[in-house]
Amino acid sequence: MGKILSRMGDGSVCYLTEKELRGDLEEGTRDAADRGKIAPLTEHELRRLYEICASPQKVVSIEPGDEVVHSFDAGTLKFPLRGGVPVDRLATVLAHERAICSDTIEVGHIDYSFKPVKSIIHEERQVMEQIQLNATIPVFYGAMPNLGLYTKPDGPVDNWSELLPMMKIVEAQAAQEEAVEHALKDIFFVSSVMHEAGSDGINFDTVGASGDGDFLAALMAIEKLKKEYPEMDIEIGMAGEFVLGMHGDLFYDNVRLAGLYPHKQVKLVEKAGASVFGPVINTNSNKTVPWNIARACTFVKACSEASNIPVHPNAGMGVGGVPMTSTAPVDAISRASVALVEIGKADGL
Amino acid sequence: MAFLHELATGMGGVRTAGDLVARVMSSKAMRIEEAKKYVADKLKVSVMDLSDSQAMREVREELNIGHVLARPGAAIGIEAKVRIEQILGININSVSKFKKKIGLI
Repeated sequence: MGKILSRMGDGSVCYLTEKELRGDLEEGTRDAADRGKIAPLTEHELRRLYEICASPQKVVSIEPGDEVVHSFDAGTLKFPLRGGVPVDRLATVLAHERAICSDTIEVGHIDYSFKPVKSIIHEERQVMEQIQLNATIPVFYGAMPNLGLYTKPDGPVDNWSELLPMMKIVEAQAAQEEAVEHALKDIFFVSSVMHEAGSDGINFDTVGASGDGDFLAALMAIEKLKKEYPEMDIEIGMAGEFVLGMHGDLFYDNVRLAGLYPHKQVKLVEKAGASVFGPVINTNSNKTVPWNIARACTFVKACSEASNIPVHPNAGMGVGGVPMTSTAPVDAISRASVALVEIGKADGL
Repeated sequence: MAFLHELATGMGGVRTAGDLVARVMSSKAMRIEEAKKYVADKLKVSVMDLSDSQAMREVREELNIGHVLARPGAAIGIEAKVRIEQILGININSVSKFKKKIGLI
């Protein structure tokens, strides 16, 4: 057999021998198992991953009946903003519903964080109300906790990224704790108004982007929202595969947040009251797609096994085994998609 | 990206029963197999039918719960969601808000 067409994590073509492909799969799952202290994929699962990755077909897919549902982040930003197509968010939602046939969609503001949405919340509410009258599929409202926005000069608290290099550890921790309180208020306010607008739920996206304080703000906000609105559906999507310890000493439910991997993150998300969890596994662009897929599946499988709520791993640019490029090739995306569902036991993407 | 994932692993939204399974999944925090079975039982179809665009076109048209083709006179948007809420036995937030606005509750 000749060499197998594959991809690097940056999307570029590479060719692998059977032995190299097998080796990459084994190395990828071992890397995840070592880092996460979780079980590697079984021999049977690695054999199936080999079949998926070595398939000569351009597009691979799962068997009929095994399909899953898809949710989105930055859902309505992709046509009008990134693609430059002159359509508003209502038209984007309807295109997703009746052309792409998405199972759900999410509406977001171009700044895509709770803090900037606060000042234009009435306009956002109006858009959501119009969309809910016209759309049949579930439409969520999405934004990021984005704790970094609360730092000076744009926000009220000192910047911990400046304090930490100066060894002002206590001051950096205090700044983050204060930022958590500000974020909690904004997330609660924006989410409450969007719930009143008829939103099918709130999507907390890119959670943990500013570290453990960011994750804590999201968890506390979910808990508070579920107390006020028990029927509210909340999805939470992470920023990276483990929680950065920018503070290092923050806890939720007596669990230290810094350094948590997806199978432990999901237990806290469950406890807070979210209905869907979206783990992130970062793509290493210096490794092959098979290496990255095996690694992503190992983390997602452990997360799915630990979880009692649906798991929708992120599978966009640079995460979930998908190459780190804005035009990820169809062969790579379809392989990552199938692997996360079949081997990772994902409930959706 | 959305097209490609839909092609590889997606249920197909209103073309099939993807939106219905997604609604049940998030409103009841149900895993995929459980959510599919719930919807299949409510629609009185098999789990396999849920992802079959031919089977589901007939079901969706018969139940008048919205479809990829916005046919004249057919329910779509909030009209379809009022029916979906009743059929699936779930709470749909936008339907509750709509009913409140028009004085039904």
